[in-house]
Amino acid sequence: MKVEIVIAGFGGQGVLSMGKILAYSGLMEDKEVTWMPAYGPEQRGGTANVTVILSDEKISSPILNSYDIAIVLNQQSLDKFESKVKPGGVLIYDNYGIHHAPSRKDISVYNVNAMEATFDLKNDKAYNMVVLGALLKVCPVVSLESVLKGLKKSLPERHHHLIPLNEEAIKKGMSLIDK
Amino acid sequence: MEEEIKLMKGNEALAMAMIRYGADGYFGYPITPQSEVLETLMAQKPWETTGMVVLQAESEVASINMVYGGAASGKVVCTSSSSPGISLMQEGISYMAASELPALIINVMRGGPGLGTIQPSQADYFQATKGGGHGDYHLITLAPSSVQEMCDFVGLGWDLAFKYLTPAIILADGVVGQMMEKVVLPPQRKRLTDEEVRQRCPWAANGRKGMRKKNVITSLELDPSLMEVNNERFQRTYKKIEENEVRFESIGTEDCDYLIVAFGSLARISQKAVEMARKRGLKIGILRPITLWPFPKAEVARLSERVKGILVPELNAGQMIEDVRLAAGSGVRVEHFGRLGGIVPSPDEILDAFEKLFLGK
Repeated sequence: MKVEIVIAGFGGQGVLSMGKILAYSGLMEDKEVTWMPAYGPEQRGGTANVTVILSDEKISSPILNSYDIAIVLNQQSLDKFESKVKPGGVLIYDNYGIHHAPSRKDISVYNVNAMEATFDLKNDKAYNMVVLGALLKVCPVVSLESVLKGLKKSLPERHHHLIPLNEEAIKKGMSLIDK
Repeated sequence: MEEEIKLMKGNEALAMAMIRYGADGYFGYPITPQSEVLETLMAQKPWETTGMVVLQAESEVASINMVYGGAASGKVVCTSSSSPGISLMQEGISYMAASELPALIINVMRGGPGLGTIQPSQADYFQATKGGGHGDYHLITLAPSSVQEMCDFVGLGWDLAFKYLTPAIILADGVVGQMMEKVVLPPQRKRLTDEEVRQRCPWAANGRKGMRKKNVITSLELDPSLMEVNNERFQRTYKKIEENEVRFESIGTEDCDYLIVAFGSLARISQKAVEMARKRGLKIGILRPITLWPFPKAEVARLSERVKGILVPELNAGQMIEDVRLAAGSGVRVEHFGRLGGIVPSPDEILDAFEKLFLGK
């Protein structure tokens, strides 16, 4: 099994940390993982993206030209990555702030209203976890159990009390997908 | 501390490896894309556990001279920086090479020349492998292509530096520095005691305490006939390193029709390009030099007799290709593909370049 994922959006949306949590979850399942950010002066407002690869075998390139799954959280990222999803692949986007919806017919497209769901949760920092929940429902690339284990491993102990909140957000995200 | 599996950035792995190796000191000045080295060391506070010194110096020039001082006293010391900072260090590195001192220098390369960009590059290949500073010297140059190698080459770099009494450099790039992967950290080693340092480094300037003749460490020798003797000794060391320390990785080279020679992150990206090529029935092998100096000349020469062409993809305008051409001779076509200034190509760009150059597509 090998899955190549790109997550893209605005800096501050939690794109890089969502990728990190996915990578940690992969580690919990004994997978090979790479996490490669497009790093640069891109925090807070600019665009940010990260490539995460989870695989049972050794991973060659951390940099890719096409993806099995693209998660795009703003218009620029949708414009940039829609064409880079492999035929038969998956595109997950949040309709919030999107003017031109994706048009490809050879891939599975999911619209998650994660931003609105996050408003319901009254915790805007949980946005990326809602999106992660949607991903896990669409493609269970890692198990929820591994995600929670990964969170425990990656968060410093003083933040461990936030894990139930994250779990709630992930489950909220899962509920947004009819599948 | 036992061996441990972690998920971390290449830069973080460098820092953890220094502590675990039992380093005595790190001296550095922050610069993207390697600032996590100093940040990780500061967060780990090794001065409270192993006694390792971590110091943010006032500049790169100061850091390299602190390394010079630490190395002269037989201590296990290092510095890290990115391209512009490494340029500032060249004088100190040349002095250390001339003083035959073991030290580790780490360059996580970014796009140049000048201040350039903060994105990945491999444009300091010439600087690292051909001397960099003034005078006839070489640095043992290690090129990691994974986070695990970032970790492992810290220990390897110091081992080789102490074995041959010459500085070693890890030449990484922004991709390997910023990427996170699984890494197995080695068990914690103890720092050497003063007595152990005295035994390992009888040449060190660490206080003679009435026991021996004084040790003088200097790169200055005003008598040219003596300076020539020194230079001949340096060259004998370099020859020994060339004979014994060439390292490389071969992937699919035994049945290939074409060859890619690439180092660091570009070897990883090329590997994906080769996987794509195999699906199209093209047999391309990869030779990944791990030591850029000493360069794996003999292996390039051996393979060049068998293949129809060699592609050298680099994040520069064509630097390692000169060493590949020298080793391969004139019997085989050697072509370059490069992206410049901080742009990293995707695997299909490399495959496209290959098909255009060698198959006329």
